[in-house]
Amino acid sequence: MTEGLAAAEVSGQVAVQLTAGASPWVLARRRLLRNRLALAMAGVLVLVVALSLAAPLYSRYVAHTDPFRSNLDGTTLVNGKEAPVMQQETGGLGLGVTPIGPTWDLHHYFLGADGQGRDVAARMLYGGRNSLLIGVASALLTSVLATIIGLVAGFFGGIVDGVLARLLDVVWAFPVYLLAISLSTVLLARGLAIGPIKLESGSLFLPIFIIGIVYVPYVARPVRGEVLSLARREFVEAAIGYGASTWRLLASEILPNVLTTVIVLFPLMVAIDIVTESALSFLSIGVQPPEASWGTIIQDGQDLLYTRPAVALAPGIAIAITVLALNVLGDGVRDALDPRAKLKVVR
Amino acid sequence: MVWFLARRLVSMLLVMFAISVLTFLIFFATPGVDPAARIAGRNADQQTLRAVRHDFGLDRPIPVRYVLMMKKLFVSRDLTSYVNRGAKVIPQVTQAAPVTLSLVLGAAVIWVLVSIGMGLLAAVFRGTPVDAGLMILGLIGISMPVFWLGEVVNLLSQSRFHHSFLFSWVPPLGYVSFTDSVVGWFKSLVLPWLTLAVLYIGIYARVLRSALVEAQEQDYVRTARAKGLTERRVLLRHALRTSLIVFVSLFGLDFGALVGGGALLTEVVFGLHGVGKLTYDSLQNLDLPVIMATVVYAAFFVVAANAVVDLLYAWLDPRVRHA
Repeated sequence: MTEGLAAAEVSGQVAVQLTAGASPWVLARRRLLRNRLALAMAGVLVLVVALSLAAPLYSRYVAHTDPFRSNLDGTTLVNGKEAPVMQQETGGLGLGVTPIGPTWDLHHYFLGADGQGRDVAARMLYGGRNSLLIGVASALLTSVLATIIGLVAGFFGGIVDGVLARLLDVVWAFPVYLLAISLSTVLLARGLAIGPIKLESGSLFLPIFIIGIVYVPYVARPVRGEVLSLARREFVEAAIGYGASTWRLLASEILPNVLTTVIVLFPLMVAIDIVTESALSFLSIGVQPPEASWGTIIQDGQDLLYTRPAVALAPGIAIAITVLALNVLGDGVRDALDPRAKLKVVR
Repeated sequence: MVWFLARRLVSMLLVMFAISVLTFLIFFATPGVDPAARIAGRNADQQTLRAVRHDFGLDRPIPVRYVLMMKKLFVSRDLTSYVNRGAKVIPQVTQAAPVTLSLVLGAAVIWVLVSIGMGLLAAVFRGTPVDAGLMILGLIGISMPVFWLGEVVNLLSQSRFHHSFLFSWVPPLGYVSFTDSVVGWFKSLVLPWLTLAVLYIGIYARVLRSALVEAQEQDYVRTARAKGLTERRVLLRHALRTSLIVFVSLFGLDFGALVGGGALLTEVVFGLHGVGKLTYDSLQNLDLPVIMATVVYAAFFVVAANAVVDLLYAWLDPRVRHA
């Protein structure tokens, strides 16, 4: 990236003329496409998404198992020989059973079985669906809520801003995990009903809702700051001067300018949300059985940690790879959209 | 300065008040959550439920219940648990606090030292493979869920390599009190410290590096160079000092949140009965008095840490002091 490009990008409108008709978005896309590492990570993400989407295909046509039904007295093939999924323990009194370990055979319990004899590899793929879905959906929820709150607070100022800003401060001051855990505990007990919207306690929307809410201040605070400084800029004053309505000011003058902030933070929010989901599920207050997520599989594997570590290790590796890819991609998006790196995610 | 402190104190109290009200509302005003049903047991009849509600004051208006609970927590200090009848809440918190403090303090020392080293090294070797390597390492640290990392550490140190020279010194999971045995305390906490620190090393090294890189483009750094100062002095005395401002404000938030119970996952994985674990257990059985006590305790640390950060800020950045 040349200095000229970076400087032109900063002064918004001028950039359009200097770089021969290319809009800031086009410039940003060009910069992103030049970032090889970010592109590679985008490729990794596409792969993870594709694998997760293929979960039903894998369990039906390759592994031939139902990863949601316990299979305590089933058998499978290991090196062409029939073997029980739950193996009798040889040491000690020989009373306990241990699930079969990784066979490294895609057709027969590739990663072994969990405590209920279910195929871990198939559950990993299904779990990926939920982890990714919750990550993306709650990041979307956070972004929408935070944009609205940030816009309203920053633009209208006065008492509205006072109340909203204090509210954000309070939620911000609360340790995120404690807030998420408090909400989960209460809502999991009875589900949630706001007017016509009803969320059952086993519903996936519940973790989405909870994770989406707790991170609102992390996006709303920078958006609000941005709006505060934008509201005093010349182009906004000009719009006020020619009689633009409040709605128009917000929607077509200010919103497009804060969108950068939201977009830059989005991949990083998805990353944080996936980790948060796994933590809640690990504490068994996230995704509820029989549904799977990477967090619930780590939880399933906790009791088998010393005997069958693959059950807990595999989903953790999946989380680490996905989150790493999202973080690197997020850095790339930030470098592309915000070359002076004004925006920083706190965690 | 007195005015500044007084204002900080008032806003501290306000935020703590708001947090306690918020928690109270989450647990008492959410429809469908009935602590009486929990206390009385699964199959209690209506009469028992009514008696329990009356005994615990649950039939009174919500503001009154809030005031009563706060009075028991702060004035008479005899708040008792709903679940373990008769067990006082405050001693539970004061027993758990040293565990969490030991865990977080040790981890904080590690993450501050290591991340400053990593950040400086990356900034000095900016643009070289050393820089890229350190930053990728940091990102990997950020990307691993802490409870999973803890399980991996347990797997290696308690099971797979427990009998090798590497981990034969590792005691079984759990906390050893500092007053019982300093060495035992240290041994029981080394691995939890490192595990908890990994995430923050990643975050802080990256933040410090970008602040240092930004600082090196500033006029005062150019001036310092032009005066003929050594590169080391420019970096350590001029660039690092201003870069630490971001670092310090971040540290205050994280430290406060961790001491307040944010280290919960590390505590659970390593079997340390700290404040996070206490909060989590009380949440599991909806033991409201314990929840309120731990949350108020957490809020205190978060808010106090923020106040300390503001003071440090003033010390590091003269512009704040003289504003």
